[in-house]
Amino acid sequence: MAESPAGSPRADNLRATPGQAAREGGRFAPGAGRDDDGFERRAVVFSAEDLRRAQVRIAHEIVERNHGAEGIVLVGLHERGPEIAQRLAAAIASFEDVEVPVGALDVAFYRDDIGMRPVQPLGPTEIPVDIGGKVVVLADDVLFTGRTIRAAMDALTELGRPRAIQLAVLVDRGHRELPIRADFVGKNLPTKIAEDVRVRLHEHDGTDDVVELWGPSGFSERGTGAPREEGGA
Amino acid sequence: MRDLLSIADLDRAQIEALLDGAEHMADVLGRDIPKVPALRGKTVVSLFYEDSTRTRLSFETAAKRLGADTMTFTLGTSSVKKGESLLDTARTIEAMGVDAMVVRHSAAGAPHRVAGWVDAAVVNAGDGRHEHPTQALLDAFTLRRHRGPGLDGARIAIVGDVRNSRVARSGIACWHRLGAQVTLVGPPTLMPERLDGWPVAVSHDLDDVLTELDVVYVLRVQQERLGQALLPSLREYYARYGVTTARSERMKPDALVMHPGPMIRGPEIATEVVDGGRSLIREQVANGVAVRMAVLWDLIGSGGRLV
Repeated sequence: MAESPAGSPRADNLRATPGQAAREGGRFAPGAGRDDDGFERRAVVFSAEDLRRAQVRIAHEIVERNHGAEGIVLVGLHERGPEIAQRLAAAIASFEDVEVPVGALDVAFYRDDIGMRPVQPLGPTEIPVDIGGKVVVLADDVLFTGRTIRAAMDALTELGRPRAIQLAVLVDRGHRELPIRADFVGKNLPTKIAEDVRVRLHEHDGTDDVVELWGPSGFSERGTGAPREEGGA
Repeated sequence: MRDLLSIADLDRAQIEALLDGAEHMADVLGRDIPKVPALRGKTVVSLFYEDSTRTRLSFETAAKRLGADTMTFTLGTSSVKKGESLLDTARTIEAMGVDAMVVRHSAAGAPHRVAGWVDAAVVNAGDGRHEHPTQALLDAFTLRRHRGPGLDGARIAIVGDVRNSRVARSGIACWHRLGAQVTLVGPPTLMPERLDGWPVAVSHDLDDVLTELDVVYVLRVQQERLGQALLPSLREYYARYGVTTARSERMKPDALVMHPGPMIRGPEIATEVVDGGRSLIREQVANGVAVRMAVLWDLIGSGGRLV
């Protein structure tokens, strides 16, 4: 799930916000350019083709970094992470001839902002193999504050003791609040805090794949939150 | 949801959201470490003015599985014996810093009163003959796991002492909202005085309806009622309303049998049925923890009270 700073009303799992409900409900349609919250599209970060290429590159990087695909488990974070993990596994299978196990992880019960804002589980935690001694590659759509990843590491270590945990994300939008970085990044995207990176995956959203940068209408200057360079692969 | 006092306060969507939440909790309970830190730092107190083992332990287990601290206050060991009022007890406990109070009381409406006095979230764990909402929810959850997402069209008979049963009152409201058709079965003396507006059918003969039922929900025979001329002898009750092996064999092949406990093997339900393939009784107990986790999470975890 995309993250937001504690207290920000722009959290991806903040179901009670009318605008969020609207986006979940589908009033946000890629291509519309403007939504009912007064947000407008600033940029298309990834087209479907761009996204496919980025996924393939990340899949190669994961295998390269780990000297093969043996002993890797891909674990996606709800929402959209499980689909990304599935895609990375499919890509790896296409060139490496290894079926990498794929799991899904929900981090709601491990978040550090429980009680500060509405938090709900977004899907079941299902990891088909024992992660003890394995290299777990967490997969998520957007890396923002790092708080979701912190929660994910807590959730994961209660399920077993991985040999290592790595992180793959489609977009790193900066604004980290914790000492966390991604190992594999589709794109480093400078953003403003008030902006919103919106990811749509066809398996999850029923639309074409697309990643877009949206922001409040009326101002358009860019970027104070450039991701640090070492966040890249 | 600020408090869970009555099923009447919930609509179908809210009930289904709680049951969906319970699925996540059941997932947690199935892990090697069946515990999450979701309510770390929160305190849940059980305030029990009436004896209960399973409900109190179920709530306390639920709270602990979510990482909350628990405290227990029961009648036997409390200052109530010294004459303290419910109001003063509730306020005293709240002053210690609790986030949720799980209240059981022999007087209908007591949890509602407590909810009006304290800021903590209040869960009704059974008040007199009125309601026992978490029991109805855990039964719905158990049925849903066997029948799929809704209870639409399910024919459920509640058999026994409906008049004195808070389980029946909550169950009727909950299962009806989820689409079930509820029939009350028992002798006229154990039926509610008035049924105006209740979304139920009534039968005084279990054998009349038995073969149409999807679920037989057996209530405890409250033996203290025996002396009140409300019940015939136990032997006669068993003959007419007991879930015997013979009756079990006449039920639909996939019909299910449930009981809220504590049960009395014999007069209400034959041992072979309790331990047989139709019985969901053990599952009900296990699911009670998951459902109560979902309720506590909704009240003091998920931020529902912030809205």
